[in-house]
Amino acid sequence: MNNLIGSDADSQRTLYPYVTGTSVVGIKYKDGILLAADMGGSYGSTLRYKTVERMKSVGKHSIIGASGEISDFQEIMRYLDELILYDNMWDDGNSFGPKEVHNYLTRVMYNRRNKFNPLWNSLVLGGVKNGQKYLGTVNMIGVHYEDNHVATGFGNHLSRPILRDEWHENLTFEEGVKLLEKCMRVLLYRDRSAVNKLQIAKITEEGVTISQPYSLKTFWNFAAFQNPTVGAEGSW
Amino acid sequence: MFRNQYDTDVTTWSPAGRLFQVEYAMEAVKQGSAAIGLRSKTHVVLACVNKASSELSSHQKKIFKVDDHIGVSIAGLTADGRVLSRYMRNECINYSYTYESPLPVGRLVVQLADKAQVCTQRSWKRPYGVGLLVGGLDESGAHLYYNCPSGNYFEYQAFAIGSRSQAAKTYLERKFEGFTESSRENLIKDALFALRETLQGEKLTSSTCTIAVVGVGEAFHILDQETVQSLINEFEIVGEEPPADEATVPDQGGVAEPGPADQGTPTDQGVTPMDV
Repeated sequence: MNNLIGSDADSQRTLYPYVTGTSVVGIKYKDGILLAADMGGSYGSTLRYKTVERMKSVGKHSIIGASGEISDFQEIMRYLDELILYDNMWDDGNSFGPKEVHNYLTRVMYNRRNKFNPLWNSLVLGGVKNGQKYLGTVNMIGVHYEDNHVATGFGNHLSRPILRDEWHENLTFEEGVKLLEKCMRVLLYRDRSAVNKLQIAKITEEGVTISQPYSLKTFWNFAAFQNPTVGAEGSW
Repeated sequence: MFRNQYDTDVTTWSPAGRLFQVEYAMEAVKQGSAAIGLRSKTHVVLACVNKASSELSSHQKKIFKVDDHIGVSIAGLTADGRVLSRYMRNECINYSYTYESPLPVGRLVVQLADKAQVCTQRSWKRPYGVGLLVGGLDESGAHLYYNCPSGNYFEYQAFAIGSRSQAAKTYLERKFEGFTESSRENLIKDALFALRETLQGEKLTSSTCTIAVVGVGEAFHILDQETVQSLINEFEIVGEEPPADEATVPDQGGVAEPGPADQGTPTDQGVTPMDV
């Protein structure tokens, strides 16, 4: 039987990520789901790629947003495109909804984790089917859950608290976008891997729309930003 | 059907374009004891006749729960039916595990049909000798399918298979137009009446039949004996249907059994054990 993990020399398993995307934030609103993510692809500490689409539609009823290794996200899209293809080939009126896609992804991610060869991503999966809204997340170790609002990476620490305070049922589209922009602005100020070029994705019963890229207005003249170290003894 | 030189194996066509081994397999279905299915918009009822081979033995299981939303009743070689039911349960479980969602019935029957087809095109296999009435629920409502040994499948509003199923089909043909809007209780009542037709005068009791139901908000389950017996009594399906006129002559009771009912029909004794 093969050695259990293998030596690094002959191994093809993922050891560390190279080109990465940062946070994705998602919320449920009145008509469906809204997702937000910037278009940055970092190469370590270099903000190398600035037009990376980190959100994609999946079938008729779902959208996926990814953070982490971009090449692994592209691989996941190949799996999902194949899944949807075979689903369509049945041609029988049934189609995979966001719940099914989320669970399929969970199985894939967890399986890879068990083989010590993970897909180095944290994913947000949202959608609407037959009037039912669905929003979930799954990451590289297979941890998965659903909620009214989810985020990946830094979004968990900076955006979720905002959402816990300000999210409520039946947000309008405008309110939802404003809320997401507030989350993304905080991330832009405080996450060094964030870039100021983002997209908002919307999915409703009617279908998917991913906005054109745009940037957020920022204000750097806050008193706290002027002399940032003034309260911290020993800092420079 | 008579023996001919093209019926030895399933991989030989006859000059008329027939596969005799497949047709012989469908004969096995016709010899099995009856199974009936009917559906409304929201429910599917499966019913079957249970003949024990002797008074000492229990009767064969002919209705199987495949998942909460799917059940199947079989006629023909029950061993083949058992194996196919296990396959169906496996497929449902695997789908549920991967997708957290019930397997649509329509997809299950296609997989089942494709599995049956394989056996019609391999020289080292034989066709399954069992017909399956698959009843289940999915997003688009209640469905009833019939899967053949030939690998074909059809969707039905109501159907009957097995011995003397023609009598049940005749009854169902009269009533089927009302089934879509039928209530759950009336659907079960019609299943019992149809089942009684196949008994050809023999007494319908809860020990000679099995009924199962699946519906919106109701997982597939087999009704227990007491429930079935009380339904039979309620619908007064004991012997022939009571005569329309309330005769004052007391010995012309509406529950009188006609003469031939007590004689077991001769063809039963000829049924080989594996065909029940």
